[in-house]
Amino acid sequence: MVDIGMGNYGIYVWVCFGLTLIIVVLSDWRARVRHKRVYRDIEVRIKALEERE
Amino acid sequence: MWKFFHRLASPPHFYRLAATLIPWLMFPGLLLLAWGSYNGLFVAPPDYQQGDAYRIIYVHVPAAYLSMMAYMFMAIGGGIGLIWRMKLAHAVAAAAAPIGAAFTFLALATGSIWGRPMWGTWWEWGDPRLTSELILLFLYFGYMALRSSIDDIAKADKASAVLALVGVVNVVIVHYSVEWWSSLHQGQTILKKGGPAMDPEMLQPLLAMILGFTLIFGALLARRVRTEVLYRERRTRWVRKMVLAPEGGR
Repeated sequence: MVDIGMGNYGIYVWVCFGLTLIIVVLSDWRARVRHKRVYRDIEVRIKALEERE
Repeated sequence: MWKFFHRLASPPHFYRLAATLIPWLMFPGLLLLAWGSYNGLFVAPPDYQQGDAYRIIYVHVPAAYLSMMAYMFMAIGGGIGLIWRMKLAHAVAAAAAPIGAAFTFLALATGSIWGRPMWGTWWEWGDPRLTSELILLFLYFGYMALRSSIDDIAKADKASAVLALVGVVNVVIVHYSVEWWSSLHQGQTILKKGGPAMDPEMLQPLLAMILGFTLIFGALLARRVRTEVLYRERRTRWVRKMVLAPEGGR
C-alpha cells in the first residue's frame, strides 16, 4: 500500500509536485494564448490591408 | 554544415520546423515526467536521513538545473545575436526568459518548502546558493523589464543581450556556490567526482525527470520562439502569404 502521507512530510512533497504541475501547465497555456493572440492580430491587420487594396 | 545552420536560422523555416518539433518534445517529456514522478514518489526507497522529504528533489533538481540552462540559452542567444546579428538568436533569447523565470521561481519555492522540514527554516539569507538563485530570478525580471521598456526591437535586443551576458557571472556563482562557500544546501550529487552519490533506484527517476523537464523546456521554448518570430516578421511577405493561405499556418 502506498503511503500518501509519507510520514510527516507528505504535505511538503505534494505541494511541491502540485506547484510543478501548475507551473508547467500555466507556462504552456500562456505560450499558446500569446501565440494565438499575436497570430490573430496579424491576421486581422493583413486582411484589413487586403480589403483596402 | 554552414548551409544547415543558415537554413535553420531562416525565420520561415524555423517557424515551420518548430511546429513539427513541439509534439515530439512535449509528449515524450510528459511520459518521462509521469514515469519519473510515479517511481520517485512511490517506488524509490526513503532516504536514510531525510525520510520521504527527499522526494522533493524529483522536481527541485530539474527546476534548478533548467533555471540555469534557460539563462545560458538567453545569454548565448544574446551573444550570437550581438556578434553575428542573427535575428533568430535574439528571438530565442527573448523566448527563454519567461520560461527561465518560471523554473527559477519553482526551484526557489520547492527549495524553500524542502528547507522547512530539513533545516527548520523557509529561507536563510546568508546562504550563497539560495541568495544567488534569488538574484538569478531578479536577473530574469530585469531582462524582461528592460526588453518591454524599449519599443525598438533592435535596441531592446542589444541592451538585453548585454545584460544577459553580464549576468552569466551569477550562473557560475549559483553552480559553484556550494563548493566555494559553506552552505546549508547540500553539495553536488549527480555531477560529483567519482560518480553520482545516489542509489540507482533513486537516481533513475531523477534522471528521467531531468530529461522530461528538458524536453518540456524545449517544447515551451519552441512555442515561444515561434511567437517571437511571427511578431518580428509580421510585415514580411512570407507571413502575409501564410496568413492568407486557405489552410493558414498557426
